[in-house]
Amino acid sequence: MIFLWAFLVGGAICVFGQICFDAFKLTPAHTMTLLVVLGAIADGLGLYDPLVQFAGAGASVPITSFGNALVHGALEELQKDGWIGVITGIFKVTSAGISAAIIFSFLAALMVKPKG
Amino acid sequence: MANNKKKKATPVQQEYQKLAKQIEPKRPIFKNCLRAFLSGGAICVIGQAIQEMFVHWGGFDEKKASNPTVAVLILISVILTSLGVYDKIAQWAGAGSAVPVTGFANSMASAAIEHRSEGLVLGVGGKMFKLAGPVIVFGTVAAFFVGIVTFVFKGTGGGH
Repeated sequence: MIFLWAFLVGGAICVFGQICFDAFKLTPAHTMTLLVVLGAIADGLGLYDPLVQFAGAGASVPITSFGNALVHGALEELQKDGWIGVITGIFKVTSAGISAAIIFSFLAALMVKPKG
Repeated sequence: MANNKKKKATPVQQEYQKLAKQIEPKRPIFKNCLRAFLSGGAICVIGQAIQEMFVHWGGFDEKKASNPTVAVLILISVILTSLGVYDKIAQWAGAGSAVPVTGFANSMASAAIEHRSEGLVLGVGGKMFKLAGPVIVFGTVAAFFVGIVTFVFKGTGGGH
């Protein structure tokens, strides 16, 4: 069942992105930025966690979850260390995604020649 | 921004813009949305499958499994980008392949590969974040403000 919800919710978020592309003529960079900010705000309002519970990877794979994870890290450290935690905690949860993307991309650039 | 441009344009330019708009092919929004839905949903289902694997065999709980899942998806995406496959998928899928985290990795890997000829430091290091940079910058700033607002309204008890 979780697979179906993952498909539907993940697909719906992508359709939102496609509408931003086509109907509002936003560039991909603007669309991604908008989605990340929306994800951050949704988590601030406590809406994103229930969505992840409900849709699994359908909510945690789209880029909105990146904004959600940034807020999560900030709030976790806020609880632990007080206000300074907002600064120290932001990248705590997203470390896996950002590190993996940087490392793999760098290695790919070393090994692969550009095409075209 | 578009309105500002319109006001500054001369009558001839305005006419040209009108003409250009008429001739511009209409974007097949419905078809694009359907493709984005199917491909985006499919990527999320793959992500869900990887996550289940981490839960069953990796000993992660549901919540912690999403981090390694994202890392695996990023690895797959970078490999597909290196082989030139991801760009072909993206042409068909549109936002369906751009919005998932794999699109984020694709933008970094393709920029890194493309600018390799400009050197490791200025090319790969400097240009890697061409598209991913705005996402990280705005995400971080937004998270900062959400954190501050939470602190102001709920004190250090905020969070989930």
